Amino acid sequence: MANLWSMLTATRGKGRWDWTDWVSYSYLFLGVFLMFFPVIWLVLSSFKTEADLQRYPPTFLPYQQETVVVDGFDEPLPLFRMTAGDYEGQTLAQLRRVGLQAQMIDPANPGERLRVSINDREPVQGVALALENYTGLFERFNFLRFFWNSTFITVTATLIMLLVNAMAAFALSKYEFRGRTTVLLLVIGTLMIPQTVVLVPLFLIVSELGMLNSLWGVIIPGAATPTGVFLLRQYMITIPDEILDAARMDKASEWKIFWRIILPLSAPAIAVLAILAIMWRWNDFLWPLIVLTQSENFTLQLALNSFQGELQTDWSSLLAMTVLTLLPIAAVFMFLQKYIATGIASTGGK
Amino acid sequence: MLVILNPLMRIIEIPMMALQRLLGVNRLAWVFLLPNLLLFGLFAFLPVILNLSYSLTGGDNVLLEARPYVGGRNFETLTSCSSFLDPNTCIEDKFWRAVWNTLWFVTLQVGIMVGFALLTAIILNRDIRARGFFRSVFFFPVLLSPVVVALIWKWILQREGVLNAFLDWIGIGGFNWLIDAEWAFAWTVFLSVWAHMGFYTLILLAGLQAIPRDVYEAALMDRASPWRTFRRITLPLLSPTMLVVLVLALIKGVQTFDEVYAFTGGGPGTATTFIIQYIYEEGFAGAPRLFGLAAAASLMVAIVLVVLTLIQLWINRRNVDG
Repeated sequence: MANLWSMLTATRGKGRWDWTDWVSYSYLFLGVFLMFFPVIWLVLSSFKTEADLQRYPPTFLPYQQETVVVDGFDEPLPLFRMTAGDYEGQTLAQLRRVGLQAQMIDPANPGERLRVSINDREPVQGVALALENYTGLFERFNFLRFFWNSTFITVTATLIMLLVNAMAAFALSKYEFRGRTTVLLLVIGTLMIPQTVVLVPLFLIVSELGMLNSLWGVIIPGAATPTGVFLLRQYMITIPDEILDAARMDKASEWKIFWRIILPLSAPAIAVLAILAIMWRWNDFLWPLIVLTQSENFTLQLALNSFQGELQTDWSSLLAMTVLTLLPIAAVFMFLQKYIATGIASTGGK
Repeated sequence: MLVILNPLMRIIEIPMMALQRLLGVNRLAWVFLLPNLLLFGLFAFLPVILNLSYSLTGGDNVLLEARPYVGGRNFETLTSCSSFLDPNTCIEDKFWRAVWNTLWFVTLQVGIMVGFALLTAIILNRDIRARGFFRSVFFFPVLLSPVVVALIWKWILQREGVLNAFLDWIGIGGFNWLIDAEWAFAWTVFLSVWAHMGFYTLILLAGLQAIPRDVYEAALMDRASPWRTFRRITLPLLSPTMLVVLVLALIKGVQTFDEVYAFTGGGPGTATTFIIQYIYEEGFAGAPRLFGLAAAASLMVAIVLVVLTLIQLWINRRNVDG
């Protein structure tokens, strides 16, 4: 028991490996498996053909039947290895299948047609990526449209939010005026009103403003966040007032002070907020679900959700679309993970 | 980006300079605040007031002037039960199923998640090689969208999925996980823990790292047992962070919707229908659209969230002061 607790409390290595280290690392590697395997499995599955996806039990890597191009035939022909019968051991290409019989040819000697029983053969398979799952998305679905909608909402909403929140944070950190405390309390008050508890009236306001079924109806209502105001204000307070006074001596306007001095100096806080905003907006679901009802306005998240209802049997498209939806966020994470971690730890989420 | 933004900023400067001359420097603060306050007013404070008037009116029209006043009838409908413990005895049984589901879900999810987050944070706080790597591994599902998380696990859990293949292989046999009410509920808890645990791990790890090293060294000098050190030093010093984490997790847990909606759609039956999904379905998904009931239910959730948020703010304040 004492050893167990030394494992839980020790903060420094003792220079040797005892069993508590083994337990710790086992836990961590189990964690790596639990966290990573589902995503790796998704990505690998998204490269499987529909036939390969139906296979049970599934294989780890995506397999496809190998084909061969034979003179005189336009289409590549699927290859089979004969396991029994007259041609045992040979690799033959199939022309067509009729019931339990198949017409095959030897790729080396394409003149002669051979009849074999389908029980005497097994397909030749090799690891191959079914890229058609991905290309199909662009041909069969309005994928680019959804991608554009999501991108437009994310970029526009993030920019508006940064500007509006930074302006408010500037006013609340660098000016002395009557009512400042009241405004701060109001901002705290909005912390208690998440979108989820005012859906009905929000719906009315957005439809009265004519923004139903428009991307702006998703962008505008969430454009000002209390988190953003607090995060930026906390940072701007640390910027010394002397810099502002010097700029005022040089007859810079207040607006110029804001965007030439305050904004550049707040860059680290703005970067953190931008990353958070991109994440919130890209992954947003409930409010877009209410505002956007026509499929040409769908974001990627909405499209993915509605397709999983329609395409129950078409997992190959669904998985490929899922991968493409998580890709931008994964890329952001890889490059900026240090900022994300500190940003989230300092704001306590949304 | 700057190519677009710079001219834009310069254009805004013209009216701002005029306003500065008109109002003076200090009152210009209100101009800087205006866009933000306008958005807050229109999309946060006004909705709270309107929500009240929706909850007191009936019918399926979204326009307030076309809605008849019904007094407290929406609340009566929601709360008329012969026994609150049994949703079958309620007029609006779906609401109470959602309430009980949410309560169970929040209790299990928050308990399990914070427990594992604490364990993970404690292990990561040890002298671990490649700590940064492990920390990111536990954190990265936080970034995935709820729909993506739901689809990833749906694909793993489907009848001929990889989990069933594995169970077949070790000889247990597969299940139709999401068809069975209890399993579906258990998996929503699991999914939610999987997706959000990293966030709380990060906060708890930061809390652990803020505990000064010399406190532990003093304990070592006094020959305190490791268990005693953990109970008397680590836990008390971590408790403010633990409280923040618990309240945050509760606030988010009550609002759970996205990932569960995409994962099970609230089913089978109503086994995984939570309160926000009830509001969404009453107000927006079905016909007639019962905005009054949805608003009344929203109001009840809002009260819970306001209480939780006040507790959170109070803890934050105490942490800062103390």
